[in-house]
Parts: sequence; structure tokens; C-alpha cells
Amino acid sequence: MSELENKTENGSTESAGECASGETKDDKGLGLGVIFFIVAFVVCFLSGTLLFPKLLYSKKEQPFNFDHELHVSEAGDCDACHSYRDDGTFTGIPKLATCLDCHTDEPLGETEDEAIFAEEYVANEKEVPWLVYSRQPDCVFFSHAAHTIKAGNDCKTCHGPIAESTSSRPYEENRLTGYSRDIWGKNIFGIKKHSWDRMKMDDCAECHKKETGHQGYCFQCHK
Amino acid sequence: MKVDRRSFLGLGIGAVAGIAVSPVGLKLMDDSSILTQTTKLWPWALDHDPLDGEIIYENSVCSLCPGACGISVRKIDDRPIKIEGLADYPVNDGGACLHGIAGLQYLYDPARIKTPLKKNGDKFEEISWEDAIALVAGKLGDVRKSGATEKLACITDKDQGSVSGLFQRLLAAFGSPNFYTMPSLESYLEITAAAIHGEGKTIAFDLENSDFVLSFGAGVIEGWGSPVACFKANATRKERHAKLYQIEPRLSNTAANADKWIPVKPGTEADLALGLCAAILKGNMFDSMATSRITGGFNKLAAMLAKDYSAAKTAQITGVKEADIMKLAKAFAKAKMPVAVFGKGRGDGAQSLKEMAAVQTLNILVGNINKKGGVFVQNKTEYLEFPEVTKDSVAEAGTSKARLGRYVDQLIEKINASSNPAVEALLVYNANPCYSLRDTKRVKQAMAKVPFVVSFSSFLDETAMEADIILPSHTFIERLEDVPSMAGLSKTVVGLTKPVISPIFDTKDPGDAVIMIAKALDEAVAGNFEWESYEECLEAVTAGIWDSLSEDGYAVISEGVPTGSQAVNIGFLAGSPETIQAQGDFDLTLIPIDNMRLVSGAAAASPFAVKTLADTVLKGKDIVVEMNPLTAKGLKDCSKATLTTPMGSAKVLINLNEGIMPGVIGMVEGLGHTFDNKYVSNKGVNVNDLIGPVLESGSGLDAAFGIKAKITKA
Repeated sequence: MSELENKTENGSTESAGECASGETKDDKGLGLGVIFFIVAFVVCFLSGTLLFPKLLYSKKEQPFNFDHELHVSEAGDCDACHSYRDDGTFTGIPKLATCLDCHTDEPLGETEDEAIFAEEYVANEKEVPWLVYSRQPDCVFFSHAAHTIKAGNDCKTCHGPIAESTSSRPYEENRLTGYSRDIWGKNIFGIKKHSWDRMKMDDCAECHKKETGHQGYCFQCHK
Repeated sequence: MKVDRRSFLGLGIGAVAGIAVSPVGLKLMDDSSILTQTTKLWPWALDHDPLDGEIIYENSVCSLCPGACGISVRKIDDRPIKIEGLADYPVNDGGACLHGIAGLQYLYDPARIKTPLKKNGDKFEEISWEDAIALVAGKLGDVRKSGATEKLACITDKDQGSVSGLFQRLLAAFGSPNFYTMPSLESYLEITAAAIHGEGKTIAFDLENSDFVLSFGAGVIEGWGSPVACFKANATRKERHAKLYQIEPRLSNTAANADKWIPVKPGTEADLALGLCAAILKGNMFDSMATSRITGGFNKLAAMLAKDYSAAKTAQITGVKEADIMKLAKAFAKAKMPVAVFGKGRGDGAQSLKEMAAVQTLNILVGNINKKGGVFVQNKTEYLEFPEVTKDSVAEAGTSKARLGRYVDQLIEKINASSNPAVEALLVYNANPCYSLRDTKRVKQAMAKVPFVVSFSSFLDETAMEADIILPSHTFIERLEDVPSMAGLSKTVVGLTKPVISPIFDTKDPGDAVIMIAKALDEAVAGNFEWESYEECLEAVTAGIWDSLSEDGYAVISEGVPTGSQAVNIGFLAGSPETIQAQGDFDLTLIPIDNMRLVSGAAAASPFAVKTLADTVLKGKDIVVEMNPLTAKGLKDCSKATLTTPMGSAKVLINLNEGIMPGVIGMVEGLGHTFDNKYVSNKGVNVNDLIGPVLESGSGLDAAFGIKAKITKA
């Protein structure tokens, strides 16, 4: 063993001894640091996951409750109310005139919602200011006819089992962008279980890739 | 355990890691990028949001100019979004001009009058329709009681159509002969036809079939006549192997597009036309069948032409070479279907009857009257069936009195010259005389001298500003009206303008306003207005064509070559009417230029149209005048200068341009509005402020083709 190595060995022994004494002292600090780390991590993670969405989205109630299930059973399938015009464009949320095909200013049912509809809207010939959960940003062009009549998708593929709902859930509006929460999806991580859970551009591309073999070009939707 | 630096480090790292693992970062980044595309960040873009709704097309007729094109208005639900030309419409067949497609901007014009207004001192105050009608009826009632019913006068844009018919009916029942129209191509066509072919006639040009169009300054592709119909006729020129020769002092767009541009000294177009007539007669190139039908003035005219209009003399007067005159006369006379066209620029500015009659004589000599590709002379369109006016003795006495003046210029002169009010009450509908007549100062002065001026304008324009009371009209987007196509079109079509949106302000159809006023007057007047509404009146007076108007949107009154020969008397020209001279002693001559992107009629150009002006016309807020470098006298291109005429002076920018004859300054017409519309007003100057009227003896028309001017460095 060389002198140098001996020195090093000695040196290291010495320093190891110092370190050992230091570790004992620092262990407490590190332990506390770890606890602080974990607490801060957990608090921030939970805030970002649970509190943040509550701050980001404001909740708005629909003008009155709408029972899709009842309407489907009384009026028929989706296209009984959500129809296509002669030129192929989609009417979306029906106008008051469509409602008046069946309704009058005399309530048809006995619910409070029916009374609101008849008194506030039908009697005053005022359109119902429905909040549209599925409204895409203005920069997106979307043709319902191409996706349903041409491609044969059913409404549920994108809109989910809305036809089975008996009441209107609150509309959640993104305070920053002003768009509906349904575009990003209920899950704040953006994880989806069903095809209708999210409706971001990637979701369009994913389905296009699967169905047509290509994710599509920019100008197909962003005209 | 001790809380030390490391603990805080742990806290910080933990917080950062917690946030980083949470969806906050990703979500905020996504939302921020979307935010940049929303109107939340760019609130000015709010109005441009695309609307969602049902797309509907509604057909109507544009009445912005006398062209009367069919339009298709695209609506989303109830809101009109875009105006397009209506396919298969007999006037424009799908075409549209920039004023038509921007027509919706008039609906939301900042200068729109939202409710009836009454002048109080220098300001207007809002009043209700009931009060406004009562006020007008009260004042008119006073005039009628005074017995001097001829002191009610009316100025409108035209004498055709049922709304104009209602104004004329009101004056007749009231007892006044003082109904005037603003100068228009249609009025000039009628005046020329009356001078040569007899009263009640009008002239049309078959441009789409002619093989040689000799245009005396008519801006065939710059808004002359029915603009879109003219564009279309010109567009097929090459296919038809037809020629267009353009005679004017400036290389206008029409001249640039023509087969030949013949520069002529301003104001000598009549002399060139007479010189061509002389050359045709001398060369024995005239149609002897046609000249044999001339009932008066032919021999006298022929002698005068031989004496005063030899090619050499004409060349000296007009600046066109002798050889060119001979060649041109030959080309015109030898063409199969030649047509000579008059009406400088858009044809609605000042015109001389001598010039128009001389051009029409050219047509007569080559025998193209009522021939395919020539000139159609026929009776004025009469499709309205108003019941005869029942006049009481006051009205009989009033209407049999002499008119205050022959045309609107003489009316203005008379009002200004009288010490007592020559006109007690003046109704102004669809006309802006305080902007579009020459020497606007005298027009404003006349307006101020009339004790009670009622405007029916939709916009608070220069004339409406001078009014005592304004009964605002719907715009053409919001109202019902019959619109006859006029302006020299070879077929006569009456279109129906229909409301495509409910009125957005508290305005009325001018027809309804007139009926309401009449009904509020005494029984002798009111009895002539038994309709409940203008709509009822329109249906009644257009009974003969109502079915096609309401079903097809238009009715074709006449089409094709008119049959029968027409009387021809060229005595007016044979009397050697004097040639108009430009007013003033300066060296240069200022002439107005008509630009397709501007208008000079009742409405101002839309913001969109003004935005399309090149900066050789309007640079910033400065008007640009054209000058030939040879007579620019040291002025540089784009330099600032002061333009002075006997009427006033203005700051201008110089555009040195070899496309204008030396000695001539060209200034665009249609700028320099002064009313409250930031997109259109206070840009450039109104050329009518700088040019005064020069009345032609004999015809009484304002025939000032320009004015003498000087230009100095500013």
C-alpha cells in the first residue's frame, strides 16, 4: 500500500467518522425536510386536482330542467327535435318554434319546469337561452351530417347517453376561455373511459385515425 | 427536530412537485392557448363572431343607384349577413357591384337617424312619429290656408316609382307644380329625347349588341347607367368582336379598357360630335333613309356643320387630329351596329344638351335609331295606375301657376334671389342637394331661406342637417318598394324591393310617411289618399304587374328593339346653341372624375367602398388630384398643393399622371362628406364645393364640365 493510499485510507477513516457524526445530526433535518416535502406535495397535488377545477369552472344552471328521457319516450328519437335542414345543416338545440309543435302556452305536464317554460318563454314568444354543453370553440368547423348521415355514427358516440337523462346537470363554464367543461371532459387529468368523455382535437384525430386511417388535415376543421 | 433551511427546501420542492404532477400546468397551458383565440381577449372582434342558425336566402332589388339590380340576401335566422347578385335577374344576372355587396353596411351606418327629429336651435331633438306628422301637417296646413299652395316644393331623386308618385300626388292635391328631381342620367335621357324626338320619350342604348360603341366620356365600366349590366355588356365585347372608343380628356378605367382612347379638350365633346357629323355628311356616309325622316332642322344643321365644323376647324377646337377625326367618322359610319353614347362619367353630373343632342344626331345620321345594337327611342315607362287626383279650387289654382324654375338649379336660384320666401315648405326625399349640386354653399343658403324643410332621409347627411324636421325612412334592406330600372338600359324591368329584416330603428317607409301627412291635412287633400298603408297603395297602383312583381320579384315591361319610327327634329342643334365655357380666368381646368368605388347620389359610399380607394385617389385624409407632368409647373409627385378655383380653394396632394391631358386637373367626386360618419366623412374634399354651376342657355341645364383653376405649392 503506498503512502498516499494510506493517507487516503486514514483520511477517509477520519472523514468517515466526521460524516457519521454529521449524519446523525442532519438526519433529523432531512427527516423534517421529507415530511415538509410530502405535506407540500400532497397539499399542492390535491389542490391542483380537486380545488383547481372548482376555481377554474363556474357553475351555471340551465333556465329550467329538461327531461330528455321523457321527451324521447313521447316524441321519438333524437332527430324528432334535433333535426337537419334541407341544406344538410344541423339545427342543434331546437328553437321555440320546434317546441311549439307539441307544446302550447298551457303546460303539458305538472312540473315546475313545465310551468316556467309555458309562462316565461312560450307566452312571451322568447327563445329559451339553453347553455350548450357540447359547443365547440368558434374556430372549429363541424358538420353533423358528415358524421352521422354519411359516416353512420349514432348520436351517443359523441354525446353519450344524454337521451337517458331525466334532469339537466349544471353547465360548467371555463372562466378563462368561456367554453364548456365538456370539451376537456369531467376528468381534470383528461383521462377518458368512453368516446364521449372528452371532445378535444386529439379525440377527433384519434377517431379519424381509427375510422379513416388518417387523423385529418388542419383545414378540414379550422377553415 | 429543528426546522432549518433544508426543511423549507423540502417544502418548496414538494409544492412544486405537487403542482407539477397535478393537472394545473397542462390545463392552464391549454386554456391559455384557447384564450388567445377568443373574443374575450380581443373584444373588438365580438361583432365578427359567426352566428349559428338557419341559412335563408331572400331575393330583393337593390335601390342604391338607378341600376336596380336583383339581389339575393343571405340571412342566418333573421339577420341579413351578405348581399349577392341574383342569378337570372334580367338586369344583372347574378352580378353585383361593390356598393351593392356592401349594402348591409347602410343598415348599421353610424349616421342613421333612429327616430323622428325636430330642430331646436342648432340641435336636433327626438320626437314621436305622431308629433312629427302633426307638426308637418300643421305647417303644410298653414301654407294651404294662406292660398299660396305653390310655395310647397319637393325634391326627390326621380319621377318614377310609386313613392315618387305619392310625393307628386301630394303636391298635386295640395296645389303645387313645384316637384323637382335631382339630375340623373335618366333625366338627361328624357331631356335629350324631348328635344329631338318629342315629350314623354326616353332613350336607351343597346350596348350588349352593338359592334361599335363610341362613348363620349360615359364611364361604361365606372358606374354609368346600370353599372352591372354595363360591366356585363363590356365583358362580352371581345367575344363579339365589338369595339369601344372612348372620348374624354383623361385615361379613365373605361378609356384604358377601350380599344382606343381619344383625348379631347374638356368641354369640346359636343364640337367633336358635330365635327364627326360634318365628316359623315361630307363623306356621304349617312343613312339617307334615316335622314329623310328628319322633320326639322336638317338642312340648316348641314349648312352650319359645313361652315363651322370642317375637320380642320374641329381639330383646332377639340385637340383631336384632323386625320383621326376623318378615320373615326369613317369607322363609326361603316360599322354594322354603331352606337354613340353620351352622359359623361356616371351620367348624373352636369351635362350639356348641346353635347347630348350632338351625340344623338350622330346616331340619327348613321340610322341606328330603334335598330339592334343601336339606340332605342321609346315612350317613358308608365306602369303605375294612380287614380286621377281630385283637386279643389285652391289646388287647381296652385297647380296652374308657373313653376319656380325649370330644374332644381333654377329652384335654388329663385329661392336665393327672393326677398320673401319663394318656398314656404320643402320636402326632400332620397336626395342630398347640399352635397351633390354644384356650389354647395348656395344650396345650403337656399335651404336656410326656406322656413320649413322636411327631410325623409335615412341618414343625417348634409341636407338632412339643414332640415327643420326629419321623418327617417327605412333603408332599402328594410322596406317595400317598386324599383324601375332606368339609366339607359335597353330593357325596362320593374323590380320589387322587399324588406329582408324588420326595421332596426323607429323609422317608416317614406310612402307611409307621405300617406300619414296627407291624411292629416284637410279633406280635399286627404281624400286623394284612401289607402291604409303604403303596401296597400303599392298593390293597388301596380295592379297590372302585381302578380309577377310579388311572385317573380320583377316584371319586364319592355324588351327587344322597339317597333315603329320616331319623330326626329334637330332644330335645337341647327340653332347653333352656344358652347359652355368653364368659369374663371385661371390657366388650368379642374374636371370632376367619377370613380366606380365612390358614389355621388343620395347616399354616400359605404365604409367598405371607401376603404377600397387607391392611395392615388385618397391618401389618409387627403384627396389626390391628377395632373399631367407637362403642366405641373414644378410640383412634384405626392407633394402638397393648394388648388384654387373661383369658388374656393382646397388642400390637395398631387399625382403626376400622363394619363390626363396637359392643362387639366382631375379630382374625384364623392369624397369630402361632412356628416357624422367616421368611416366616410372628413376624407378629402367635395369637388362640388369648388365648381359652380354654369347654366346652358336654351336648355337651362347646369352644364359646367369643370372650372378654371390654379394650383400652387402648399
